[in-house]
Amino acid sequence: MTSLTIAKALNEGLRAAMERDPKVLLMGEDIGKLGGVFRVTDGLQKDFGEDRVFDTPLAESGIIGTAIGLALRGYRPVCEIQFDGFIYPAYDQIVSQLAKIHARSKGSVKMPVTIRVPFGGGIGAVEHHSESPEAYFAHTAGLKVVACSNPLDAHFMIQQAIASDDPVMFFEPKRRYWEKAEVDVTASPGPLWQARVVREGTDATLIAYGPMVRTCLDAATAAEQDGRSLEVVDLRSLSPLDYPTVFASVRRTRRAVVVHEAPSFVGMGAEIAARLSEELYYEMEAPVLRVTGFDTPYPPSRLEEDFLPDLDRVLHAVDRSMGY
Amino acid sequence: MTLPATAAPPAAAPETTPVATSTSAGPELVQLLTPEGERVSHPDYDVDLTDDEYRALYRDLVLVRRIDVEATALQRQGELGIWAALLGQEAAQVGSGRAMRAQDFAFPTYREHGVAWCRGVDPLKLLGLFRGASNGGWDPQEKRFNLYTIVIGSQTLHATGYAMGIVKDGAVGSDDGEAAIAYFGDGASSQGDVNEAFVWASVYNAPVVFFCQNNQWGISTPTDHQTRIPLYLRAQGFGFPGVRVDGNDVLASYAVTRKALDDARNGQGPTLIEAFTYRMGAHTTSDDPTRYRLASELEAWKLKDPLERMRSFLYKQQLVDADFFGQLDADADALAARIRKGCLEMPDPDPLSMFDDVYDEITPLLEQQRATYEAYLSGFAGEGHS
Repeated sequence: MTSLTIAKALNEGLRAAMERDPKVLLMGEDIGKLGGVFRVTDGLQKDFGEDRVFDTPLAESGIIGTAIGLALRGYRPVCEIQFDGFIYPAYDQIVSQLAKIHARSKGSVKMPVTIRVPFGGGIGAVEHHSESPEAYFAHTAGLKVVACSNPLDAHFMIQQAIASDDPVMFFEPKRRYWEKAEVDVTASPGPLWQARVVREGTDATLIAYGPMVRTCLDAATAAEQDGRSLEVVDLRSLSPLDYPTVFASVRRTRRAVVVHEAPSFVGMGAEIAARLSEELYYEMEAPVLRVTGFDTPYPPSRLEEDFLPDLDRVLHAVDRSMGY
Repeated sequence: MTLPATAAPPAAAPETTPVATSTSAGPELVQLLTPEGERVSHPDYDVDLTDDEYRALYRDLVLVRRIDVEATALQRQGELGIWAALLGQEAAQVGSGRAMRAQDFAFPTYREHGVAWCRGVDPLKLLGLFRGASNGGWDPQEKRFNLYTIVIGSQTLHATGYAMGIVKDGAVGSDDGEAAIAYFGDGASSQGDVNEAFVWASVYNAPVVFFCQNNQWGISTPTDHQTRIPLYLRAQGFGFPGVRVDGNDVLASYAVTRKALDDARNGQGPTLIEAFTYRMGAHTTSDDPTRYRLASELEAWKLKDPLERMRSFLYKQQLVDADFFGQLDADADALAARIRKGCLEMPDPDPLSMFDDVYDEITPLLEQQRATYEAYLSGFAGEGHS
């Protein structure tokens, strides 16, 4: 067992992927000598050379567009988008190009491109550095979308994403980068696309991913003191979404609250609520509730604690759910 | 308000190169064959083709135009949803397409039917795309010709990334090296992606040729709405050479592209080629150019027709006889008949095939949707709805 932060666990995972497959390339802004603004690629250029770990010009569409060409050439590019809010210049290349190439070519062209995106708020940043754009990509056929929430998953999920022959959007909870946990790097991970019950409970299920998993676990701990038993499901994969795990949990608890930082309207919570109502209409005791960021632009950081779901807002929603 | 006594006079308008008009390319144009079919020399570019190769180039031009004419007719008869005609751009496409070596890789827009022909893509595959039977149609790796790209300019980055891969593979630096060629148009030259591709190709010294067919029109928007300088001059600002070639001259298009590709494969980095040509037809079969351009402009360009000048050249050089043209016409008609028949007989895809290949590893959601839709369709069995 090794004690690793999420950032370091990702770094080790990237290293393992590069050692395993010489076709794996890392590309992005300031990822070489600097090691990335969050140091996730720290030391990798030094160890693997500038040919495999390279700084790109400062243009996100160019990063993804050239990664597509490199993948066509047989490479397995891992692109770093420096911050969530900077991904939109690359939107056409991701949604119109990368996502569709496998289908357009009838599977003759594979696009094993991984796009790493530090996402979410909570670090007191200026505009465009705290966003949660995952629903845009989960909505796009041809992409797979995952989000890690802890060092163990960070370590293995990044390797699994890179090994996937489908393009994967890999969301990293930036405010949790420095959280530590013991990681057994010799363990065998489960399937990348599988959700996980990270805390068992009986009264309601909290469904979250990325940075909100920690928030939900803390809420469950607090609720325990009030004699309330909350189950927490870490989705891990947003597309595909592991419905069986979600359904099984809610079938037990009969109540569900979905928690994410992204705004509620047409978000992941809406999709999960719709599917739960189709599947468990007669078994739930309460409608699926959502605790999310507001449907506003991400606010100035002095207000982000109001915008972001926190322990109290989660528990407030649980209270509402229990009131049905 | 009064100006202080020291106020500077208004800045003079910056001097700019006159905007190229759609019929005048300027003296910098590389030309090896005049519109009258006279062979002329150029200090930097030449071709030394055999008689058979000259005849083969003309044959390509004729067959490609015949495919285009047939496709336009098929659209008019309701067999294609739309067609983007290449009429007038045959020489730029055949010249550059034949300049590629087997190991090179092309990244087309949606109008590169002439390049597709040179890469051995069956024209029926193009018709399938415009008919709505497919979103692709061929194996890009096998043909070394990527799928058509409709969003303007996106493919220039793909070509550049591919070329970066060539460098990483060490497949550059000799006559056996590889190169990529990105096709785009005057309209795309305004896109961010094209300019990003120029930056990337330049700083990574990628073996990629940017082949811009300046056909003077982006649907209804003339080139002077995209640029104040000749497009080939933009390359200088990015740090690599640019050249303007007569895109209606198949020999010059061939020579200039050949050199640019060979420079790239030898490690000398990118080149921007501006093939000065003209879209003689509409943007697509859905467009009506009489709303935005003068008939006289088209008439002026007809005098520069890429096929006519090559035909004159072959005659003047006594490389052909009447039998050659007769046989070529017959071959063109046979090709047209084959693709017409193939188009009319082309089956619609199986509805369930839309679920195939969305992913390399299909998702449970798609499996479920496919199964549900299959069961739904089977409910109509016997009602003529399959």
